[in-house]
Amino acid sequence: MNYTGTAIVGAAESTEMGKIADLTMLGINLDAGINAIKDAGLTPADIDGVACAGVSPVEVSWALGIVPKWLDGTIVGGCSFMLHVRHAAAAIAAGHCSTVLITHGESGRSRVGFLGFGGAGRFSNYTDQFEAPYGIWGPPTTFTIPALRWMKNYGITEEQLAMVAVVQREWAAMHPRASYRDPITVDDVLNSKIIAYPFRKLMCCLVTDGGGALVLTSADRAKDFPNKPVYVIGTGESSETPMVSQMDDFNYSRAFRTSGALAFAEAGITTDDVDHLMTYDAFAHTPLFALEALGFTGQGEAAAFVAERNTAPGGKLPMNTNGGGLSYMHSGMYGMYALQESVRQLRGISPSQVDGVEISVAHGVGGMFAAAGTTIMTNREP
Amino acid sequence: MFGSKRHVPTPTPDTAHFWEGTRNGELRLQRCKECKETYFPPRPFCPACHSRDVEVFASSGKATLYSYVIAERPAPGFETPYSIAVVELEEGPRMMTNIVDCPQTPEALELDMALEVKFEELTDEITVPLFKPEGGQA
Repeated sequence: MNYTGTAIVGAAESTEMGKIADLTMLGINLDAGINAIKDAGLTPADIDGVACAGVSPVEVSWALGIVPKWLDGTIVGGCSFMLHVRHAAAAIAAGHCSTVLITHGESGRSRVGFLGFGGAGRFSNYTDQFEAPYGIWGPPTTFTIPALRWMKNYGITEEQLAMVAVVQREWAAMHPRASYRDPITVDDVLNSKIIAYPFRKLMCCLVTDGGGALVLTSADRAKDFPNKPVYVIGTGESSETPMVSQMDDFNYSRAFRTSGALAFAEAGITTDDVDHLMTYDAFAHTPLFALEALGFTGQGEAAAFVAERNTAPGGKLPMNTNGGGLSYMHSGMYGMYALQESVRQLRGISPSQVDGVEISVAHGVGGMFAAAGTTIMTNREP
Repeated sequence: MFGSKRHVPTPTPDTAHFWEGTRNGELRLQRCKECKETYFPPRPFCPACHSRDVEVFASSGKATLYSYVIAERPAPGFETPYSIAVVELEEGPRMMTNIVDCPQTPEALELDMALEVKFEELTDEITVPLFKPEGGQA
């Protein structure tokens, strides 16, 4: 196993979650940032690098009284924060800065000071001309389009797709902050309102307000902080296409494959070494595409793997243990919450704590299979 | 982002040939004269080899159904249920479209079914390519 030389020494979500009527998107970034800096036992004077997505790192630095030596405003959708972790690890290794704050916040539900999801208020020229005229109205009509091809190719059933939501609800039930905690059945999922066939409402992520933030510094300082350090051991990122219709192949995500392979190679581990997995679930098929692309299952085998309860409580690969975007929360760019739950599991403090988690993978998607980011972490001392 | 009517695209200089084609009943693609790559959406260079020696040609308008969803919540200008599909053109590239002139049901919309282009005029400037079952009603 390899180490990048960077550790996560502060991690926190926004003070409130779900519905936050009194904070803007920027305000939620700041609230989460303050919580993460406190969690690390630091003050604004200790932070010299800032990354965020959708709001400007200039704004976040200014508002929090930080004098940055390094800024990263990379925004490629919900996985942007996995990319920030990767970029921060490189910046810390290069000596460009020593302590980085990564913030996320979105007023996805209340839309206070709303700038559009991902800060994008309009279609790109290509999407405007070659997707928007066909009645797309958001991720439920675009992110979902590859699914039927993949289902037909591998004989995947709607019941198996529904099981993703059922299993994740079981994890959410253990989290006091989860939006939805009551158990659901496959029938409940299949009988919920059809949004865009074959996707029912309970196969689609929530729309909520919330935020989260991380503090990263060099691994050799990590033991000086109040909480158990989480070491970053592998990182990856990639992109494929701004238009879902132009993916190479609807049976897999090329960006997932590229990003995942980079992260596992950097960490020097295999999927067998992984104790816990967080993978972005905007819709029920998204984590299945990740299981296949990252090599946790063979191609076309992820739906059966989940339906057979391998990722459920007590299963061999605990996955999306906060309940995911389907049940925990989803503000628009969910990647930060996947990272937060990985950190909680590695610190041993998650409400759904799994025994003996030493290596956790957080994998995110950006846009509609447009981009991907992967972060592999451990609590084992270097 | 959305008005009350169906979204009308705004052509850009690199896509003008495509919209001129649809106005004239042609679904135009591009092909690289050097490496022979056929591609869509329009770009003034080949995405495979970056040659700028590319040509525009009219496709056959034939395609197969690659994947789709059936929207049950309407975008402006649409009545539910309606399919949002990706079709694979006979020449290779794929494009988003709607499948029309057939029931908007999973039973009627069978993956890999044969399709042909049908043009729908939105404005004087913009005609969009839709697809219908091959040999189906006009």
